[in-house]
Amino acid sequence: MAIARFWREIKQRYKGIGVKCGNCGEIFFPPRDICPECRRESYKKMDEYELNGTGEVITYTRVEDPHPEFEDLCPYVMAIVEMDEGVRLTGHIVDVDYDDIEAGLEVEASMRKLGEDGPEGMIYYGYKFWPIDSRRGE
Amino acid sequence: MKTKDDVGIKGYAGYVPKYRIKPEEIGDCWGEDGKTMGRGLRVESKSVPSPDEDVVTISTQAAKWAMKRAGIKGEDLEAIYVGSESHPYAVKPTATIVAASIAASPHMTAADYEFACKAGTAAFQTCMGLVSSGMIENGMAIGADTSQGAPGDALEYTAAAGGAAYVIGSEDLLAKIKETVSYTTDTPDFWRREGEKYPQHGGRFTGKPAYFKHVTNCTKKLLERTGNEPDEYDYAVFHQPNGKFPVKAAKKLGFSKDQLEPGLLVTHIGNTYSGSVPLGLAATLDQAEPGDKIMVTSYGSGAGSDSFDIEVTENITDVKEKDVPTIEEVTSNEEFVPYSVYAKYRDKIEGGR
Repeated sequence: MAIARFWREIKQRYKGIGVKCGNCGEIFFPPRDICPECRRESYKKMDEYELNGTGEVITYTRVEDPHPEFEDLCPYVMAIVEMDEGVRLTGHIVDVDYDDIEAGLEVEASMRKLGEDGPEGMIYYGYKFWPIDSRRGE
Repeated sequence: MKTKDDVGIKGYAGYVPKYRIKPEEIGDCWGEDGKTMGRGLRVESKSVPSPDEDVVTISTQAAKWAMKRAGIKGEDLEAIYVGSESHPYAVKPTATIVAASIAASPHMTAADYEFACKAGTAAFQTCMGLVSSGMIENGMAIGADTSQGAPGDALEYTAAAGGAAYVIGSEDLLAKIKETVSYTTDTPDFWRREGEKYPQHGGRFTGKPAYFKHVTNCTKKLLERTGNEPDEYDYAVFHQPNGKFPVKAAKKLGFSKDQLEPGLLVTHIGNTYSGSVPLGLAATLDQAEPGDKIMVTSYGSGAGSDSFDIEVTENITDVKEKDVPTIEEVTSNEEFVPYSVYAKYRDKIEGGR
């Protein structure tokens, strides 16, 4: 990944910052410049909006033929998570047994290493998800 | 070092990775009696970070929870110091990444600290100084590590991962830090040369002239300064390179095993290096009541100790009601892995994919 591109996306990746349409109130993640519904009405009204970081698993799968970046983690779980604000994100589910995952599982975002450009290159951090109760003694 | 009346802890939290390995597993790999080794070190298991965890991710999680406890936002922090001997980058601060992840950037100062296992408490003292002098309102001190031990080295039985974050300020304190003293010398008991992957240590030299000398002298100085006797404290937290050293140092100084018990985490999570004392203090605060007194002494090879005289305030009760996991809860989610998985996770397999 290009350094500049990652740097531009730091707010999204570390903090889950999307945008809210100032016209209709719809929330978007990743951020968009224009609301697809309100179009010109939303021009210059797309304000930064921080997702609260919690949501629920819509669907998930275990990956056993990994992307080269994630070989150390194999097998790992990818899921589509619907955040409380309604937006859907794709992300890893970590620190949980595959058998304990189900649609509707409540999860929260935590920052993890997403990858790196080899041992000399930049390290990329961003959100992954874990069950909301996994660190609360439940 | 004299502190102002009101400087102390506003929020705290710790994070420890989920994976664990037992000494038996490590011993089996190297043809050693791991169980006996573990018993000698008083370590039943140690934490292992997942390949996607490092000092940045551990610090960030602890920082988010500590801010929640303190009831502050990122923009309320004017300084962040991260102490560790396993910063992911040799050049590029961990602290800036943590600051961005908690939205503390950009109007703040930040730096990484390194002082073997006491870099976290060095960050405490820096924040205390900045708060006491009136330069800042709130600072964050973090101690975290994903410590390294060469394959087959005795360090493998204890070198673990974890960390804790503290919001240091002067108002709404859950605990006042009433005094801090340090004891620092040039002692070559443990080191890692620039560019080297694993540290070297002086074996038994790490005991008497290193850990015990610094921990006891520093603690004695604190007791002398405060005029307190060991039995006046409800709790004591010492650096925990293994389960044996802190108990022995405590006994020598006149502290009891009961005073140590809540903060003695090494038995189950191993030595979390810069995270050791901050996590031990966090576990102690989890149990503390208003008015309780806590004595804390860290140790970092190279070598030095920092001691703190801490008194818990009535605010601890409110803080406990916030939805932040205790150290016991954080460490209760554990999964044991075999040596092979540990070796992969810790990047010990040369030429692996």
